[in-house]
Amino acid sequence: MSIITTDQVVLDLSATDRHEATRTLAQTLVTSGRVTDLEQFLTDVRKREEQMATGLPGGIGIPHARSAAVTEPSLVFGRTTGIDWGAEDGPATLIFLIAAPEGGGDDHLKILAALARKLMRREFRESLAQAADPAAVVDLVNKEVVGS
Amino acid sequence: MKFVGVTSCPTGIAHTYMAAEALEQAARDAGHEMEVETQGSAGSSPLKTETIASADAVIFAHDLEVKDKSRFAGKPTVDVGVKKAIADAPALIAQAVRLAEERAANPQAASAAGAGAGAAAGGGALVTKVDQGASVGTRIRQWLMTGVSYMIPFVAAGGILIALSFMLAQVAGGKKGAIGVTNYSLTDAAGLAKSYNLMTHFDPTSGMNWAGLLFVVGAASFGFLVPILSGFIAFGIADRPGIAPGIVGGSIAATMGTGFLGGIATGFIGGFIALFVSRWKVPKGVRGVMPVVVIPLISTLLTGAIMIIILGRPLKWLTDHLTDGLNNLGTNGAGLVLLGVVLGLMMGFDLGGPVNKVAYTFATTGLATVAASNGDAPQLRIMAAVMAAGMTPPLGMALATTVRKRLFTPAEQENGRAAWLLGASFISEGAIPFAAADPWRVIVSSMVGSGATGGLVILFNNTLRAPHGGIWVAPLIGNPFTYVLAVIIGTLITAAIVVGLKSMRSTTSVQATAAADQLVSA
Repeated sequence: MSIITTDQVVLDLSATDRHEATRTLAQTLVTSGRVTDLEQFLTDVRKREEQMATGLPGGIGIPHARSAAVTEPSLVFGRTTGIDWGAEDGPATLIFLIAAPEGGGDDHLKILAALARKLMRREFRESLAQAADPAAVVDLVNKEVVGS
Repeated sequence: MKFVGVTSCPTGIAHTYMAAEALEQAARDAGHEMEVETQGSAGSSPLKTETIASADAVIFAHDLEVKDKSRFAGKPTVDVGVKKAIADAPALIAQAVRLAEERAANPQAASAAGAGAGAAAGGGALVTKVDQGASVGTRIRQWLMTGVSYMIPFVAAGGILIALSFMLAQVAGGKKGAIGVTNYSLTDAAGLAKSYNLMTHFDPTSGMNWAGLLFVVGAASFGFLVPILSGFIAFGIADRPGIAPGIVGGSIAATMGTGFLGGIATGFIGGFIALFVSRWKVPKGVRGVMPVVVIPLISTLLTGAIMIIILGRPLKWLTDHLTDGLNNLGTNGAGLVLLGVVLGLMMGFDLGGPVNKVAYTFATTGLATVAASNGDAPQLRIMAAVMAAGMTPPLGMALATTVRKRLFTPAEQENGRAAWLLGASFISEGAIPFAAADPWRVIVSSMVGSGATGGLVILFNNTLRAPHGGIWVAPLIGNPFTYVLAVIIGTLITAAIVVGLKSMRSTTSVQATAAADQLVSA
């Protein structure tokens, strides 16, 4: 199964802070059955976030965790007008929620690793920022990350 | 240029790879080559040994301890947290370029720096030697070493300048020159002729005046030892906020005559107070003035006050007794030889680890307490013994790999060639690759050799005024020929013992290790 589907793309994410945003994104994974226990998963993400905020320069937030509540490696993409994610250069507009199962298989973790690398590329970020609909985001991720 | 790097982060699924990508991109954009080993959860493919060997510098962007760090030993290293690489990879690449250039321009000084004082070489941001997440014992050692590594340049500058001033004074002023030179200063000192004030009476035609100038500058450098030690211990603990309380506390400790013990105490106190205050949760309005007003004010006041009111007197007592004890040992010949042997054993025990550093710190700080004295003060003989004892382990391994190749793996033989230079430069860490592969045989042999050398140097009455440098500071050593003899004897002992011990082991295990090495590098 693909790590991202059109149900896991929220182009008009609105939230007051990063925790609420994370909850909204994580909810899509509960709906599709990829996360079994929302609270457990959010606690794990929050624990990671408290170690060091996951906001990155260039308006990116990547809340993530390995959690027993995750059944398969998944990615949720959210686009916002700006939520403080702890980065020094300002709020995040592109949010990637990365969910990895506790003892995840290598192949899927490699995909997440490839995604992380792609995020450092400006063209990739710009394409995501301009994607017209969820299908475009899924195509982009599949083409750039999974295909490579 | 060619660079290698290692990235890691707590979860190992995102930052590790983003940092690697950022570094590789930044290197490419600046026209360099770079390969990064991602120590994350998607499995990491280790860098090839040849790739590491051909790299001009190393960048560690990590939140977890770098795995198999010894592979990179001796390379100029930029060591930062993972986020730094994501936020500003080009700056790290620029810093790596600068380090690589410094190394190319001055391989000798740089290799010494790589062993003990890597932190001091960083051109841009100050660097600590502290791994977040290491055990408490390791971190205490790393804090101490951060302080020591920033102190070393002051010891080196001061020690060598003072040694040169004594040499010049002996030429220019005859027998009494070396005593007279200590009278020079930059003020009108009570009870001395005004001509000793170099600020008002410098005479460029007088050799003694030049010797006095060297002495005054050297002594000024020595004046910073304790404050810098203290300041950078605190820096290791609390980062930038630690510097003010650490340096001010260290300066108070020095003024009170509590020596390096006081400096270490103020370093820890200042560091932890600064760390504590900087973690206060404060309203947004106050946050702006925390680093410029609140943290330095509170932490510096508290550190100074604790030192003056509570710790000053007991530490002074302890320091005085330590120095007295040492001087008593100095007048009693057998005791000093014993001390030389013990310090030698410590130098050989963990080759740059905590025990080795205690012996080394003891010697260098002793050097500072006798800055102004001349002749063969026990502290100068101890410094000589400690340096010689620190040279023999790598030299012994180098000799052993040369005479009995078959006892060592190809990788060890390679290390053996480098160990000649490392040993000659007093970089005990040169023996670490051997000790890591076969701890007890190597450590037993290095301890015996170092112990013997330490004792011999005291017996031979050698002295040393420089804190580091190995064979390159030979002109500053008292009786250099017997000194070299002591080093050679220790080297022979270490090589003989390690060859003997390794020969007793069945040769199949060497072949097995060699085969394994080949598998790994293939």
